[in-house]
Amino acid sequence: MSEPITMPALSDTMNTGRLVKWVKKLGDAIKKGDTIAEVETDKAVMEVDAFHDGYLAGPLAPEGTEMPVGKVIGYIADSPGEAVAKGAQATPAAPKAAPPETVRAAGVPAQEDEDSKAAAAVVGKGAPAPAAKPPAAPAKTTDAPTAQSTSPQRGEVARSASLPAQSSSPLPAGEKSAPKAPGEEARTSHADRVSASPLARRLATDSGVDLAGIQGSGPHGRIVAADVEAAKSSKGVMAPAAAEVAAPTGHGMSDQQIRALYPDGSYEIVPHDSMRRIIAQRLVQSNLTIPHFYLTVDCDIGKLLAAREESNRTAPQDKDGKPIWKLSVNDFVIKALALALQRVPDANATWTESGMLKHRHSDVGVAVAIKGGLIAPLVRNAETKSLSVISNEMKELAARARARKLKSEEYLGGASAVSNLGMFAIKDFTAVINPPQATILAVGAGEERPIARSGKIEVATIMTVTLSCDHRVVDGVLGAQLIGAFKALIEQPVLLAV
Amino acid sequence: MSMLRMQETSEMAETSFDIVIIGSGPGGYVTAIRAAQLGFKTAIVERAYLGGICLNWGCIPTKALLRSAEIFHYMQHAKEFGLSAEKVGYDTSAIVKRSRAVSKRLNDGVGFLMKKNKVSVIWGEAFIDAPGKVTVKPSKSEAPKGALGPGSYQAKHIIIATGARPRVLPGIEPDKKLVWTYFEAMVPDRMPKSLLIIGSGAIGIEFASFYRTLGADVTVVEVLPQILPVEDAEIAAVARKSFEKQGIKILTNAKVTKLDKKSDNVIATIEEGGKSQTITSERVISAVGVVGNIENLGLEKLGVKTERDIIAVDQFNKTNVPGIYAIGDVSGPPMLAHKAEHEGVVCIEAIKGLHPHPMNKLMIPGCTYCSPQIASVGLTEQAAKEKKQDIRIGRFPFMANGKAIALGEEQGLVKVIFDSKTGQLLGAHMVGAEVTELIQGYVVAMNLETTEEELMRTVFPHPTLSEAMHEAVLNAYGRALNI
Repeated sequence: MSEPITMPALSDTMNTGRLVKWVKKLGDAIKKGDTIAEVETDKAVMEVDAFHDGYLAGPLAPEGTEMPVGKVIGYIADSPGEAVAKGAQATPAAPKAAPPETVRAAGVPAQEDEDSKAAAAVVGKGAPAPAAKPPAAPAKTTDAPTAQSTSPQRGEVARSASLPAQSSSPLPAGEKSAPKAPGEEARTSHADRVSASPLARRLATDSGVDLAGIQGSGPHGRIVAADVEAAKSSKGVMAPAAAEVAAPTGHGMSDQQIRALYPDGSYEIVPHDSMRRIIAQRLVQSNLTIPHFYLTVDCDIGKLLAAREESNRTAPQDKDGKPIWKLSVNDFVIKALALALQRVPDANATWTESGMLKHRHSDVGVAVAIKGGLIAPLVRNAETKSLSVISNEMKELAARARARKLKSEEYLGGASAVSNLGMFAIKDFTAVINPPQATILAVGAGEERPIARSGKIEVATIMTVTLSCDHRVVDGVLGAQLIGAFKALIEQPVLLAV
Repeated sequence: MSMLRMQETSEMAETSFDIVIIGSGPGGYVTAIRAAQLGFKTAIVERAYLGGICLNWGCIPTKALLRSAEIFHYMQHAKEFGLSAEKVGYDTSAIVKRSRAVSKRLNDGVGFLMKKNKVSVIWGEAFIDAPGKVTVKPSKSEAPKGALGPGSYQAKHIIIATGARPRVLPGIEPDKKLVWTYFEAMVPDRMPKSLLIIGSGAIGIEFASFYRTLGADVTVVEVLPQILPVEDAEIAAVARKSFEKQGIKILTNAKVTKLDKKSDNVIATIEEGGKSQTITSERVISAVGVVGNIENLGLEKLGVKTERDIIAVDQFNKTNVPGIYAIGDVSGPPMLAHKAEHEGVVCIEAIKGLHPHPMNKLMIPGCTYCSPQIASVGLTEQAAKEKKQDIRIGRFPFMANGKAIALGEEQGLVKVIFDSKTGQLLGAHMVGAEVTELIQGYVVAMNLETTEEELMRTVFPHPTLSEAMHEAVLNAYGRALNI
């Protein structure tokens, strides 16, 4: 006897997951609750736990493969002998799924982050302006990191979820933009097997269409004949491998056309992980739908550097003799932006079709580079927090961001964000707004520059910042007021402590 | 007491709704219940009978009449079953009385369902002043207890479910005395000796069956070459043979050109293949189809698009005017109660934003309750051939079905049509005893998109008439067992 282990549905929006690695090996003894594998969703890496005792049996899905929710990825056998025998079988068994509720998942750090230099940038390394990679936190509507494996949510609420996040389904957008459902049943992909009508199966077989690449429009996501017909008519585009062609990340050329521009063998193809795909979709959406404009000012951060040096030098020590804070320039930037948003409340807003959301608090996103992408956790109510609180909170958020352990509520929302590339000696740059935020501040390196002051050339430490504004929310003057308020605050850091 | 009055007052004051449905036939009242289930504040306007034609003057009372006829038929043939039934007779008024009682019971049932689902019933004639505004004028019939009265009502969405009425052809206008529609045909005061039925659709054929079984001399005149024109030709031919055996005279390709009304009979002039003949009969039933009730609703002024005698709608039953919808007979064929019900549900779910699948009209079954019964779903053989579909046909006669023989119901045929490439069941057509109860097996199969394989592998219980359904599928693939 053996029980199948299936790709769990770790969030409402999850259609596929990538098997990152098997924590247990073929034949390993497994106790209920043991972590047996790690699965990457669009936003987080999650543990798949055993739901009963036994031995890990094959055939096991290969690591690194992306699979639809509900697909069998391995088995738990009752005896070690059976596990080995099972493992020897070449053909994967029928994808009979265990109910998703039986597989538990929990947040787990991602793969070891050897290459965490860029990530560390955010908390700074003594450079005048610590940096992070350009922003664009993927705001996917998943709360996967905390979610118990959930069965697809039913009912009208699920259908009316209004977040604009792109689905991670391998479907071309627009192909099935309005999923239909009879009754109140929401049509979410079912954590079962590929559900398809007999006729749909036969049509798919006859026409060589892969059912796995089709989103069903029938009850409970069942693939019906019409879905296969639709897939047939756009054959090739619908095949999972080619599906990305039509995703809104494209540029009018098919993958084949692009590859044809480069000689064979002159490149390798690295498959996108789901985070990369989300980043691409979100940024295309941002640039296509948000009218951006940019305002740049130079900030003299001489006083700020002095204040930072002073406060770090005099920081109290904990019992291990370590200073209890170590402020970075970025912490000052976060605080200054938070206060500026309070001084110019009209810019602390979010566009919605029905009206402007004017926020009471300043929730500032901070772009954190992580392996393979980036994410922008929010410092909530930053205007109310002291620099040391912001500093320590950022360190903690950045660490968890790199471990891909952030909860969705820790990065979804906010009105503005900071993206800092100062540590890479970038003088100035523009950043892409992370919807639904209305602005983002791109922070360059603080560097000594000659400046003219009262008719004389002096040397000052200048940091150039560029505010990207959503013109639907922030007009030119308003943006100028916001960046002006920021400049005033960052140049007089004593105001940040008031 | 005062509490009670307050309640009444507040109900009286209720004039604003999410959904107002005009017409309480099977389409309207089912839509109202579904609307209430979805949380909509719902009202239904009715001018004459809760339950509409179907419950009161259509589907249901005719089934009661036909049941009487069927039992009478069995009693006449008691001897064949080893039974004796002497002096078998009937009382026309008692048959009609039973039929009316059945209708009354279901009519009350609709009232109960409206109450249970907190759907307000507004009594009167509805007129749509503008999207969102309905004026209800007094109607001639008496309002049931608890109904709201005439007045102005507001509704975010207005669903027209006003149904249809008998079509009137020039020269054969019904007069309620000699020339009947189904209204009069349903409540005869005595059995006419002879009856001419114009039209051989479901209504005409059911009345032909009823009156013939009870002894009337029945002639059916059909302008088309085939009786039951929407049915598969082969099935219609089997039925025709059976009707003629029962003594029903059938004239196809024939047209009634003139009705000469005498004091208690009618002389009809009938043209058939260039030849003219006259038939004298006591009564005439005009069963030449129905037309949608699109009048007096204010549609012209609102600019609601109509096509001939129906309201034009999209696949979710929206008219061209936002906020106004039409379902059931008034929104076009097939004019069947179950089509209206399903359409209403789809319509209201679409309004709710549930993204229902539109109704697939090829999967609406049709049933005629004559003897033998007719039932069908999907494409006929002719239609499949017209669509140039590559088809496989399977047939199985009732005379090779054990249960049919035991029942003494050997006249019957099951016919199935598959797409020969995909194995999709395109259509199923049946004539014989109880086939109206059997067809749903195929309807479910079609909706689930089964292929011949699933049908072949399905276990059908023995001994049942349904085995003929299995055998017909097997026959389409050369695998029938009992023939």
